[in-house]
Amino acid sequence: MPDPVKLTIDGKAVEAAPGTLVIEAAKCVGINIPSFCYYEGLSLQAACRMCLVEVEKAPKLMAACTLPVAEGMVVRTETPVVAEARKYTLEFLLTNHPLDCPVCDKGGECELQDMVFRYGAGESRFVENKIHVEEKQWSPVVFYDGPRCILCFRCVRICNEGMGVGALGIVNRGAVSEIAPNHGDHLECDECGMCIDICPVGALTSGTYRYKTRPWEMEHVGAICTHCSNGCKTTLGVRNGKIIRGNNHDRSGINGEFLCIKGRYGFDFTSHPERLQSPQMRVNGKLEPVSWSIALAAVAKKFGAALASDGRIGVIGSTHTSNEENHYLQKFARGVLRTNNIDHHRSGDVVTLLDALSGTTGSLASTADLYESKAVLVAGADLSSEQPFLAFQIRGNYRHHQAHVYVVTENEVREDGIAAESVRIARGGELEGIRSLAERLKTESELAIVFGDSVKGEAVRDLVAFGSSLGIPVKYVALVDYSNSRGALDMGLVPELLPGYQPSNRPGMTIGEMLDSDSLDVLWVVGANPLKASALRAADAFVVVQEMFLTETAQRADVVLPAASAYEKTGTVTNVCGEVQRLSAGPSTMGAKPDLEIIGLIAREMGQAAAAGPWAPDKVFAEIRATVKGYDVPMPVISAGGAAHTTPVNGRIPVESRPDLIHSSRDTLFTSGTLGRYSRMLGSVMEGRRR
Amino acid sequence: MLYNEPSPHEVKILTRRFGLPDSASIKTYLKTDGYVAFEKALKMKPEEIIAEVKVSNLRGRGGAGFPTGMKWSFVPRTSPKPKYIVVNADESEPGTCKDRVLIENDPHQLIEGMLIAALAVDAHAGYIYIRGEYRYLIDIMDKAIAEAYEHGYLGRNLLGSNFHFDAFTHTGAGAYECGEESALLESLEGKRGVPRIRPPFPAVVGAFQSPTILNNVETFCAAPAILRDGGAAFAALGIPKAGGTKMTCLSGHVNKPGVYELPLGFPVKTMIEEVGGGIRNGRKLKAFVPGGSSCPVLTAAECEGLTMDYDAMARVKSMLGSGGVVVMDEDTCIVKVALRVMRFYAHESCGWCIPCREGTTWLRKLLQRFHDGHGQRSDIVLIGDLAKNMLGRTFCPLGDAAAMPTISFVEKFREEFEAHLDGRPCPFEHAEQLVMQ
Amino acid sequence: MTFSPQLEAKFAKLLGSYPPGRQRSAMIPMLMFAQDEIGQVTQELVEEVASRIGCTPLQVEEVLTYYSMLHKKPLGKYHVQICTNISCMLTGGTELWEHACGKLHIGHREVAPDGLFSLEEVECIGACSWAPAVQVNYDFHHQVTPEKLDQLLAGLRSANAV
Ligand SMILES: Cc1cc2nc3c(=O)[nH]c(=O)nc-3n(C[C@H](O)[C@H](O)[C@H](O)COP(=O)(O)O)c2cc1C
Ligand code: SF4
Ligand code: SF4
Ligand code: SF4
Ligand code: FES
Ligand code: FES
Repeated sequence: MPDPVKLTIDGKAVEAAPGTLVIEAAKCVGINIPSFCYYEGLSLQAACRMCLVEVEKAPKLMAACTLPVAEGMVVRTETPVVAEARKYTLEFLLTNHPLDCPVCDKGGECELQDMVFRYGAGESRFVENKIHVEEKQWSPVVFYDGPRCILCFRCVRICNEGMGVGALGIVNRGAVSEIAPNHGDHLECDECGMCIDICPVGALTSGTYRYKTRPWEMEHVGAICTHCSNGCKTTLGVRNGKIIRGNNHDRSGINGEFLCIKGRYGFDFTSHPERLQSPQMRVNGKLEPVSWSIALAAVAKKFGAALASDGRIGVIGSTHTSNEENHYLQKFARGVLRTNNIDHHRSGDVVTLLDALSGTTGSLASTADLYESKAVLVAGADLSSEQPFLAFQIRGNYRHHQAHVYVVTENEVREDGIAAESVRIARGGELEGIRSLAERLKTESELAIVFGDSVKGEAVRDLVAFGSSLGIPVKYVALVDYSNSRGALDMGLVPELLPGYQPSNRPGMTIGEMLDSDSLDVLWVVGANPLKASALRAADAFVVVQEMFLTETAQRADVVLPAASAYEKTGTVTNVCGEVQRLSAGPSTMGAKPDLEIIGLIAREMGQAAAAGPWAPDKVFAEIRATVKGYDVPMPVISAGGAAHTTPVNGRIPVESRPDLIHSSRDTLFTSGTLGRYSRMLGSVMEGRRR
Repeated sequence: MLYNEPSPHEVKILTRRFGLPDSASIKTYLKTDGYVAFEKALKMKPEEIIAEVKVSNLRGRGGAGFPTGMKWSFVPRTSPKPKYIVVNADESEPGTCKDRVLIENDPHQLIEGMLIAALAVDAHAGYIYIRGEYRYLIDIMDKAIAEAYEHGYLGRNLLGSNFHFDAFTHTGAGAYECGEESALLESLEGKRGVPRIRPPFPAVVGAFQSPTILNNVETFCAAPAILRDGGAAFAALGIPKAGGTKMTCLSGHVNKPGVYELPLGFPVKTMIEEVGGGIRNGRKLKAFVPGGSSCPVLTAAECEGLTMDYDAMARVKSMLGSGGVVVMDEDTCIVKVALRVMRFYAHESCGWCIPCREGTTWLRKLLQRFHDGHGQRSDIVLIGDLAKNMLGRTFCPLGDAAAMPTISFVEKFREEFEAHLDGRPCPFEHAEQLVMQ
Repeated sequence: MTFSPQLEAKFAKLLGSYPPGRQRSAMIPMLMFAQDEIGQVTQELVEEVASRIGCTPLQVEEVLTYYSMLHKKPLGKYHVQICTNISCMLTGGTELWEHACGKLHIGHREVAPDGLFSLEEVECIGACSWAPAVQVNYDFHHQVTPEKLDQLLAGLRSANAV
């Protein structure tokens, strides 16, 4: 570490690493220098001139956002001269601003409003004509109101640098400069809405949130995105029990300000008109709405009868439900229903990876590792499309730390653009491609390897052996699909494994075996849609489905129980990197219940409440922490909305790995399994693309 | 081609070949000591070349007047990166038309100047950034470059040495801001002409992320004379601290407008009255701009005893600038001049920073309204205020360039602004029409 | 897109003029020279240039809309540019501009119906000492009076007729 530089800001002594910008050094001592164009993590602009400060011996005011600290520097951030400069810069800015705050979406959380409140002139001396330009819609998601734009270029930079998309640009010059989309009159991009979120004013607004509400009328709930496995924190704005918007403007959570379209806008499935709000039961061959008590009684009766007759019961769990629900479900299945026929849709070979890594420590990469590791290798995945936040981390790593990125994929991917080397190789051949990079990889000081579902079984063992042969620390991420795919594995929603990857001494049937069995008596599906792609062989099986929508599977059900979404309940989920985070309940859907509660009610109805145990999420989580290996995470971190990295097992997992069962559904940015089908926002984007 | 008669007051150093038959050809150039300075420089050490330039007291002719030898010495010669020479031929400062005649009449002088700079910093490639409107100069320059390659003054192993140098022309496309050095480099790299954050300055991080010498055409054109006749001889032509001659572009209300090469420190009055042949139509001098429209205006009274050099201009709070002297007679409406100047800056502001982008546009609208006769007394104060609120707060000096003359117009000619108040028509409109006829 | 062999040769030279990996530098010259040949910067040209220098059409769009000499709309065969900046204004440039507008019945950046002439009021074009100045396409005309302008336009018109 080089010696810190000593300087004074507003009379306070500050020490900062050489190269630190004055605006950042000031933050360390609690001084907030105003800025529009400066945005931590993005390239420097020095365009807005709001951050001008007085520096002793400098002939004029200096921009704190581009001024590196210097030994003995004396900075003053709030002198009359500085305040005057800010006031007049704002006066200039407002000359072409429509000042339509009362109808602006950003009203109440607009940085320009705040700044004018802090430094602005009481009245404008501007009496000339303003330039008026009509608002434009660029995509289902993005609207641009030119006159409100203050040309801070944050949107352009986040799209270029943060997202690697480059869909926004600056056109024209001088006072008629404006932001423009990449296809003349419309945008073709990730539709992530990052530009909207980062816009300090109401120039960019989103199709979902526009004119719906005012920020202060909403309740803000910190949720975890329920789409892909990356586990982004999304702050839901909820009004009257309905989610109005999602963002992560406060940069809390593992994802900072990042959210992809699904996390930011894909919440609308929760209020889809087809959302199930009442239990349904098959009466005369047709599903009819019934009361909860009737439905539960029917389920309990059927479960009880199957148990009594030693019937075959199959349970299929979810990749979206909470750890608590998964744990409780498998406990109930194994303990009360006395079946090991429990499975979920597996999308990545976590089991083999954990087994191959047995005996090592610190070999599982966290999302933060992907941002910090000196080198990152991506194999067999189109990360920017399938694992958006992980891709964002790697891009950030490249930009901020000049990380070396290696890519081994079948097709071109966005990561090629930042790659030190890209290898094209057919799916399944990734290992060979990785081996071809051996010489370069050996020169790295550390490496994080992220691999998709085409690297499985023996290939995972070979990969780990290859990693060890490099002679450098290597960490791994086995990619999985959904928000709690990882938690489903960790919680033992697998016939051969109990929670914490403990082998089951009496492995049950897999999903495929259950569906294929001609003697299945009961099939209980919790938040999954296995019948979308396969048929159920046992024609007489009694099917119970807990779901949000009348999916293909629900349509086959004898009893359908309306379930709450991840945004409507509490509990925890575990992301692709094994980071546990807490869900909090935002809105609610009348008639639907969290799966945990539904299972508990079934248990009670069966008279098995005691055997099943309490179904309060906190109590179940306490049990998980106490009994599931690696889940003994610090509670304060979880309670405070943080992410705790789990380290599941450390010894061998003596079960046969089942690469044949592993298939990723390869959801893109705009699809999300069943949830995606019920998101109008995602649907309209897909529609726009097809045109 | 020469567009005006030379003046007997001229000291012809950079313009010595002007008027010779086929002056732009390498034949004429070689016949008149062409590339002699380069041959001499080839035998010198880089630090000796830079020392000679320092002795010459040559200061940048693009506007800012930065000592050229010092600028060259900032280039980290031992850096492993390639180094580049970039010629600023964007000449767009209103009132300025000297680089154009330098290239048109003697392109080899510029190439030789580039070669000398290249030797001083070990550069092997150079770009001549020529404003888009000067398309014919690109043809002239390209022809000269081709001749130089043919005669072994460009290319590999020049004159049997192991020194290589390639030169290229590069066209602009209409943007005053691309004359600002860092915006020029952006433009050279195929981007919008928006300035870069400085430091680092081009000498350290310039073209293509590499150390770069960037100078004005006239600055490079002075280098051959300095090396050929010695820095001291060049210095002696001017005054202490400012050596040599300055290409001076006389325009406006003089009888003999034209581009003249005058020694630094030349008296303003002689320049206007003798070189320029006095004010036309027998009118009196009202004011003049000494170095392009960015410089604060000077009144007739301020001309007394004033000389054309950096320090003298600084003393009267103006600038020598680019050498564009715009002379205004007594019938000139200063409000109209202020408006026209602000229209220019509003049109040319790159739009990057708030004070310049919004300030120039506001002032343009305000001055337009004011000149149209809808001004209020408070507007006069506001004009000065707005300009002052831009001054020193913009990202690049274009904001200052718009503010400085504006402040000088309202401060020095307040009564003319007042004469436009109360819906009165421009008091000069009639007089101007007379001149036109 | 196909261009004349001369233009292709120019492009080839340009693409070789900059350091390796810096072909984007050729963008502005390519647009300028191509515009001279085809009369305007079309979307097709934008895409062509983008692909030849390895950047996105949006990046070309950002640049082209910045520079005042690059036009997305076609100009007249003779683009008459009249400077009204300070030196020219002082010597009759404004009147010359008004005269030209009246004569051609078009305004700033407008094209006459027959497509022969277009007009533009331009900023200083570097002819201040020989003001007022006019540029027709790339040709300079110095110390232009309304009469001289009339002759110039008439000359161009008749040259075009034969
Ligand atoms: C707005 C602006 C426009 C400029 N235009 C020109 C120009 O057209 N030609 C020029 O040589 N320098 C121009 N300059 C000055 C250059 O930035 C730079 O200082 C100069 O080219 C350096 O060369 P010199 O040291 O030889 O003068 C301009 C500066 C500014 C701020
Ligand atoms: S749209 Fe918003 S973020 Fe983008 S430049 Fe304008 S004000 Fe800044
Ligand atoms: S990256 Fe995944 S977790 Fe993050 S917002 Fe997108 S879908 Fe949700
Ligand atoms: S002062 Fe600002 S807006 Fe004006 S030209 Fe410079 S950077 Fe651009
Ligand atoms: S924050 Fe420094 S100029 Fe914008
Ligand atoms: S002012 Fe018209 S050419 Fe310079």
